[in-house]
Amino acid sequence: MLRYILGRLLSLSLSLIVASLVIFTVIEVIPGDPAAFMLGLNADEATVQALRADLGLDGSKAERYLAWIAGMIQGDFGTSYTYRVPVAELVADRLWVSLPLAVLSLILSTVIAFPVGLLAAANRGRAADYGIMGGTQLGIAIPNFWFGMLLVLVFAVNLRWFSAGGFPGWEEPLLALKSLLLPSVALALPQAAILARVMRSALIETLAQDYMRTARAKGLSRRQALLRHALRNALIPVLTIIGLQFSFLLAGAIIIENVFFLPGLGRLIFQGITQRDLVVVESVTMLLVFAVIVVTFLVDIAYAIADPRLRRRA
Amino acid sequence: MSRLPVPLILGAVLSSVFLAMALLSFVWTPHDVEQLVISQRLQPASAEFLLGTDQFGRDLLSMLMVGARVSLAVALVAVGIGVIIGVPLGLAAAATRGSLLDEVIMRGNDLIFAFPSLVIAILITAVFGPSAFNAILAIGIFNIPVFARVARGGALSLWTLDYILAARVAGKGKARISAEHILPNIANLLIVQATIQFSLGILAEAALSYVGLSVQPPTPSWGRMLSDAQTMIYTHPMLAVLPGLAIVLMVLGLNLMGDGLRDMLDPRLRRVRQ
Repeated sequence: MLRYILGRLLSLSLSLIVASLVIFTVIEVIPGDPAAFMLGLNADEATVQALRADLGLDGSKAERYLAWIAGMIQGDFGTSYTYRVPVAELVADRLWVSLPLAVLSLILSTVIAFPVGLLAAANRGRAADYGIMGGTQLGIAIPNFWFGMLLVLVFAVNLRWFSAGGFPGWEEPLLALKSLLLPSVALALPQAAILARVMRSALIETLAQDYMRTARAKGLSRRQALLRHALRNALIPVLTIIGLQFSFLLAGAIIIENVFFLPGLGRLIFQGITQRDLVVVESVTMLLVFAVIVVTFLVDIAYAIADPRLRRRA
Repeated sequence: MSRLPVPLILGAVLSSVFLAMALLSFVWTPHDVEQLVISQRLQPASAEFLLGTDQFGRDLLSMLMVGARVSLAVALVAVGIGVIIGVPLGLAAAATRGSLLDEVIMRGNDLIFAFPSLVIAILITAVFGPSAFNAILAIGIFNIPVFARVARGGALSLWTLDYILAARVAGKGKARISAEHILPNIANLLIVQATIQFSLGILAEAALSYVGLSVQPPTPSWGRMLSDAQTMIYTHPMLAVLPGLAIVLMVLGLNLMGDGLRDMLDPRLRRVRQ
């Protein structure tokens, strides 16, 4: 097990190094001088020079890369050019919107998908199964940001149960949660449709195994066998998908934040783009990729714990 | 010959409708979509404007037609990038199984999968500026590992078969065997995957153009129509409903077609289903 974890840690660090190199290179290939790019066409030479020194653009590429990485490791993400505050500070504020949003959506999607997938698998080939599978086809085809707009239309415009967007801050936890509810439903539904389909096919596969016949033969009812034996074994592929979905949810949050005017990481990136604040774009992108790679690592470890066979294979 | 599966027919019909709309828009749209006629703004549906007009007086049906063209073109080219680069990589990896080349290709694929695609798309557009070309690039890059993986998986199982051995005994090289014997036999898998990536590409393009990172105005796109409609949602909800419906129906059609094709082309699945 320790060997397995060390192996995964090695590939995790490799991914992080390559990812950071890619992001650094993309930002580097901007034609011309990043300082001139950030200041726009009408900037005078002295201001550009000052910003160059500010950004530490005087060193070689390798020096700048190492300085950026060393800074990130110590929690110093650079200073935003437009806001004039450390990027870490900007990120910390917005993380408290984006992270709860992603987590809430993940919980919602799992809570919806589990019973639905179970119901479809238990009624395989019957009307309930066909109905559910048809519904999930529709769920997969719906873009989450459009679903968000429909939710606004129904629950904010027509019923007036929710406000159409904005975020009151965590000083009032209940109001904050309420304002995250519609966006997280919008994010969660398409993901729940995918997860329910995976859940169904994983269950159907385990139901065909010999140990399921054994379970029935020793006198368990269909229901007991399904819940006690099939469900546990079907969890491995489901867990994989949940891990993958975290990256979709994080990226999806970037879009959804625009629908609901939430001050999260996504808004921060888009502001960075429109204001040419490359330091913000570079660091926040790296942070998102870091989060996704770490979650993938944790999922790998989680199912090595769940399935001992995987440890040997690696 | 058994009957064609219902989802396949339904999916093919839905996709054809949008394809026809997109093709027609090259030669004819009911109204000019790049001309703003403020006096005709926010018209309800009528004989002249079948679906009404938006806040700039543009005909909604015409915009949906041009939007279909944009979204199909972006997704199609992005799938093309994935096939043209990904499939040869996958074939090469399978032909040299276990080699350094195989290892490098598969590790590289893992890495692209680890990046959230939207984040990279944002990074690309932040640097090179928003345009349809950059949207295609951003979506296309992520199709490469998908097709490489599918091609490699399909090819690996074929390499163990006797007729491939016979081809090797006959003196054919690995590259030639891959092109002449492997590729035609994994075409089914690739076609099914292409349909899936095509529908994912349409969703991705819609998301990118919604946040303004794809095609730029005055060319209309479904995603941009949705972001334009957002401020009008209180008074003119149909402006937000129609482009979204177009996306859903198009993606649904492609997914149904992909599922139907898979059922039809994959005998193993057909057996399991019965």
